Amino acid sequence: MTAHPQERRLILKHADDPSYSNRISCYLREGGYETLKKAFSMKPEEVGEEVLKSGVRGRGGAGFPAGMKWKFLDRKSGKPIYLICNADESEPGTFKDRQIMYKDPHQLIEGMMIAAYAIGAKQAFIYIRAEFHEGARILNRAIQEAKDNGYCGDNILGSSYSCDLVVHRGAGAYICGEETGLIESLEGKRPNPRIKPPYFPAVLGLYQCPTIVNNVETLCNVRHIVEMGGDEFAKIGKPNNTGTRIWCVSGQVMKPGYYEFECGALTLGEMIFGVCGGLRPGRTLKAVIPGGSSAKILKADERFTGKLKDGTEFDWGLEDIPLDFDGPASAGSMSGSGGIIVMDDTVDIVEAMANINAFYAHESCGQCTPCREGSLWMRKITQRMCSGGAREEDADLLLSVANQIEGRTICAFGEAAAWPTQSFVTKFKDDFIKKASESEEEKNSRKLQLI
Amino acid sequence: MISPSKEDLVTITLNGVEVEVPNGINAVEAAALHGKEVPHYCYHPKLSVAGNCRMCLVEMGTPMRDRATGEAILEDDGSPKIGWVPKPVIGCATNVSAGMHLRTESQLVTECREGIMEFLLVNHPLDCPICDQAGECRLQEFATDYGRGFSRYIERKNVKPKRTRLGPRVTLDDERCILCSRCIRFSQEVAKDDVLGFVDRGSFSTLTCFPGKELSNNYSLNTVDICPVGALTSTDFRFKMRVWFLKETKSICTESSAGCNTIISSREGVIQRITPRRNDLVNDTWMTDSGREIYKSVKSENRILRPSADGKDLPLADAISSAVLSLKDRKVGVVASCKSSLEEQFLTQLVTQATNAQVYIRGHFGEDDGILLSADRTPNLRGALITGLTNTYPEDHLNGLNQALASGELETLLVLDEDIFSSGVDQQNLKDVDIIYLGTHSNATSKAARVVLPSFTVFEREGSFINRSFIVQAFEQAIPGPVGLSSQLEILSQILNLLHPDSEPLDATLNSVWKSMGESFPDLIGASNFQTLRKAPFQIDGSKWFHLDFAEQSALNFEPMKGAHV
Repeated sequence: MTAHPQERRLILKHADDPSYSNRISCYLREGGYETLKKAFSMKPEEVGEEVLKSGVRGRGGAGFPAGMKWKFLDRKSGKPIYLICNADESEPGTFKDRQIMYKDPHQLIEGMMIAAYAIGAKQAFIYIRAEFHEGARILNRAIQEAKDNGYCGDNILGSSYSCDLVVHRGAGAYICGEETGLIESLEGKRPNPRIKPPYFPAVLGLYQCPTIVNNVETLCNVRHIVEMGGDEFAKIGKPNNTGTRIWCVSGQVMKPGYYEFECGALTLGEMIFGVCGGLRPGRTLKAVIPGGSSAKILKADERFTGKLKDGTEFDWGLEDIPLDFDGPASAGSMSGSGGIIVMDDTVDIVEAMANINAFYAHESCGQCTPCREGSLWMRKITQRMCSGGAREEDADLLLSVANQIEGRTICAFGEAAAWPTQSFVTKFKDDFIKKASESEEEKNSRKLQLI
Repeated sequence: MISPSKEDLVTITLNGVEVEVPNGINAVEAAALHGKEVPHYCYHPKLSVAGNCRMCLVEMGTPMRDRATGEAILEDDGSPKIGWVPKPVIGCATNVSAGMHLRTESQLVTECREGIMEFLLVNHPLDCPICDQAGECRLQEFATDYGRGFSRYIERKNVKPKRTRLGPRVTLDDERCILCSRCIRFSQEVAKDDVLGFVDRGSFSTLTCFPGKELSNNYSLNTVDICPVGALTSTDFRFKMRVWFLKETKSICTESSAGCNTIISSREGVIQRITPRRNDLVNDTWMTDSGREIYKSVKSENRILRPSADGKDLPLADAISSAVLSLKDRKVGVVASCKSSLEEQFLTQLVTQATNAQVYIRGHFGEDDGILLSADRTPNLRGALITGLTNTYPEDHLNGLNQALASGELETLLVLDEDIFSSGVDQQNLKDVDIIYLGTHSNATSKAARVVLPSFTVFEREGSFINRSFIVQAFEQAIPGPVGLSSQLEILSQILNLLHPDSEPLDATLNSVWKSMGESFPDLIGASNFQTLRKAPFQIDGSKWFHLDFAEQSALNFEPMKGAHV
């Protein structure tokens, strides 16, 4: 696909250039690995300082400032430091990291080597989800190319600094994207997320050593931060929402796909109705999930009011929500991993709920009680509701079960499973209650078999 | 429990009340010290913290400090402002520090517990009427104490394997399993036999053995003990008895010198099972599987149930009289035992003095597993040292006795619970020697004996043993002994009385024996008595014997020659 004219492509600059391939020759032709040389002319702490100044926030979902994360590293212990790239992109509705890795793997490798140099890691990993076998093959070839050219591995750029980079293919579970679950999986165990405290990755991460886990897009940003300088990078986007973001739009729009924009450069409405070409003819917007399936759903006719961090008051409709980190968060949801899922009026909201619940019940690791039992229970309820067994009290029951999960689990999966249910049921309660009085004909009209 | 020194105590605020607790212990233990139960499933004081059951969620806060100045932020009334963590935290992984605030009784905590109980029960089969755990089940207890008392669940429950054989002694019901992972952590951390794990995901997670492995180590039954629900059951005890019918008696395992503290569960004079009893200086909360089998000897076929002399069954008193005839004014040898209790060994020593006898004693040895099965397979070898039955470390034979017999030095042999023929004694050296056998089970020696004085097993008598760390531990009587028989202590005291017909009859009660022992070994026993010993075991100074070549190796709570890790 070609870039939309309003896009500002930083990470995906070459992604759709027909003359560009994922080989190192193309990357070098476009000035690749020059930034690595620049980084190596700086002290590691200076690189870290630039990343801190850039204000770049993690692109994996939580949006935590990456520079700050690096500051938390326990350097006093004397243990080896590890860098892990979280390429286990598996949030439903998200497909940005795949584009980067498949189309421009050297950008990630360069970003990782700069990051590894900055934090002092001698060993780095790319933990890639199992389903990306082609991605793993591309990355392995790219790493070999980078090693052959001295950009990775032993004595990088002829310096005394060495850092090995290994691609590790995941075992096929959503929970491997949770950073401590990922670490467990990388260690060869079941990816049961660890309890925090005490197992904060920056202190007790991989093999109980200080570890930094960053998302693919975040690490690519590191390259651009060093290239243009932290201050310059911070000018892209808005304060506290710096840089560009890749939005993955899916659902019932005319032109779904990935779009890279400066943070806050456009609103959700401009994205859906402008960039993505609007809904299909005759359809109206029902709801949008702004940041991957675990983000809370936003209803089409909702009004969002409140105060932004800088004190300005806002009164937004769904279409007015700015696309950055703080916009969807101010509207009570989150930008998460950037997966915008658009639903029009043909969507049965209870079925959508059932689909999401089926996903989370299937992916719960089963370690801690609320998530393990709650996610399956919610799945069973919504599945029953979609199979003609709905009761009026099911809406309240679903909400109560979700409330019993949120905030009581080992990892954020609990919230990821609870937030959809909480928001769907609260905002579309009538749809849930209506299910109980569905006619036989309506019950039989459903063709899709639920998972 | 070890009481911490005053400096290690910190003040925390528990449900609004300031209390002192040892610094760094977790919130579950801290609350327990002050009578507040924090319910938990996966947390076990002797295993690593997993934090997965979420039953121990509590509220935690710390005094707020100004980021810039570091000064405490105060409320309007001058009290420190508490920054409560917005989410509940798990008590098992929250270590207390000075000034910490904890709430174990609040609206949020109540809601958390109700929620977790509901979740644990939605896929639980609720088959308590046929479940062995009923009566000692944490799910039952906490459902009663912290559950809502009604169900909102109308969906189908998950189906899992109901009777998986994990190993020769453990049967698993996966539907009852709450996936707390205690058994997995025990296998990894204590038994060092990593064979258990979960397969499948989410609510369909299932406990199982790794392919080609089975849970067959000698500690497998501890997984049954620590299973908070009825998932892991003892194949031996399964469906045998309702636990609320069982009488529990404190005892000590006689399998080896480790001296595991145990509970004997019996009903109407029949022992149903043996389980470990917590002692942080000895066995923590564990014991071996083999040690749990020992009760079967009570009813074994070779148990001697009738006293006899010269091949005729006699009342016990007559058999004792007959025995004393062989002891009086004869050249006597006594084969003492490391299996006898401390008190019995003391009386044995008095008998040897009264008969001017030569004492022989042997040890029994096996492989040391480095945990709770020590190389010394007798419970009380150190008692034999203390009571003076031997000054040297017993060897695994009685060659000395054989030589003495060969040279005709002995006319009578009093054997306590030992088989001399499997200890290197030659049959033909025993012509013209009277054997008096005092023991529980028949063997070649009892068959060759002129007088057989049958007696009680460890479950039918009381007394004390001294373990490998020189810790003196009492065992109590769990079941009555066979009709017409007496304890070793009683028999030995009657022998002594008959040997000294003119002096005051010996009082064979344990208190009286302990009084005499205190007089004989003031530096070791002192003013201790059996009543206090029953309440708390104590360690005696064994340094006098540290030069001996003890067979035990480093193990759980034990370093050779250093006694316990106190």
